[in-house]
Amino acid sequence: MKVGVVTFPGSLDDVDARRAAAVAGAEAVALWHGDADLHGVDAVVLPGGFSYGDYLRAGAISRFAPVMETIIKKAGEGLPVLGICNGFQVLCESHLLPGALIKNHHRKFICKDQGLRIENNRTAWTSDYDANHEITIVLKNQDGSFVADEATLDRLEGEGRVVARYLGNPNGSYRDIAGITNERGNVVGLMPHPEHAVETLTGPTTDGLGFFTSVLKAVVAS
Amino acid sequence: MARVVVDVMLKPEILDPQGKAVHGAFGRLGFDGVADVRQGKRFEITLDGEATEERVAEIRKAADTLLANSVIEDFTLHVETADVEAGQ
Repeated sequence: MKVGVVTFPGSLDDVDARRAAAVAGAEAVALWHGDADLHGVDAVVLPGGFSYGDYLRAGAISRFAPVMETIIKKAGEGLPVLGICNGFQVLCESHLLPGALIKNHHRKFICKDQGLRIENNRTAWTSDYDANHEITIVLKNQDGSFVADEATLDRLEGEGRVVARYLGNPNGSYRDIAGITNERGNVVGLMPHPEHAVETLTGPTTDGLGFFTSVLKAVVAS
Repeated sequence: MARVVVDVMLKPEILDPQGKAVHGAFGRLGFDGVADVRQGKRFEITLDGEATEERVAEIRKAADTLLANSVIEDFTLHVETADVEAGQ
């Protein structure tokens, strides 16, 4: 079971994401933005950071990287993909997920432990959580405010595609949305960082580990 | 040489924290009577040759694909020629 983690120029959390995959029991594989080959991985993580310096818009230039062409195609065929923070921004820019992430409404960078409620535990990345499970993981971002038009927000809620909601809205995200999924449930975007909460030595909890153990089961089951 | 200008603005319904910050500074500096400020981006794209219909159509496609995110932004595009600039 191989979990690939893409490194873009400006990625920051790729090493932590690989470590989290390994802690969960997967073989972590480093993928490079300029290489369209996914090297046989069973799932992909797009990590946090400031890919391409966030120039133009966060994730706007990364989405055209060679590796993304393959990921967009494979995601359509069911490959599990998790975009964390900057990775979530890349997924929205790629149109694999609806909506967009804009600057926090208070205009400050946030770095804190954040409570979340997991509302959809039927995705490839959240099956190890109970429905409405409350977790605490790290939130750190500048452009973390999730926005979409009313019709899109209604559709996401109506179809149960809100994966996680903030307990106390930290950044102005519409309807407290912290994470969403696509219709099939294989692509998940999440603003907070589960990969920073997998070991008690360095994280506030180990609540984030469930994302990585969930995908192992999803891959074995498929 | 022709220049194509693309102006990108956040859609009206999307909150603009940067515009709000600028608006706040207006007030602090004593520039009164300002109801709202919205901040956008302007791209000046210089072409190798003339701005033919095909070239402009291509730039419009680039604007739609890359320069603006249609989920949250609108863009307008216009052509400036060297003659027009000199005349102004």
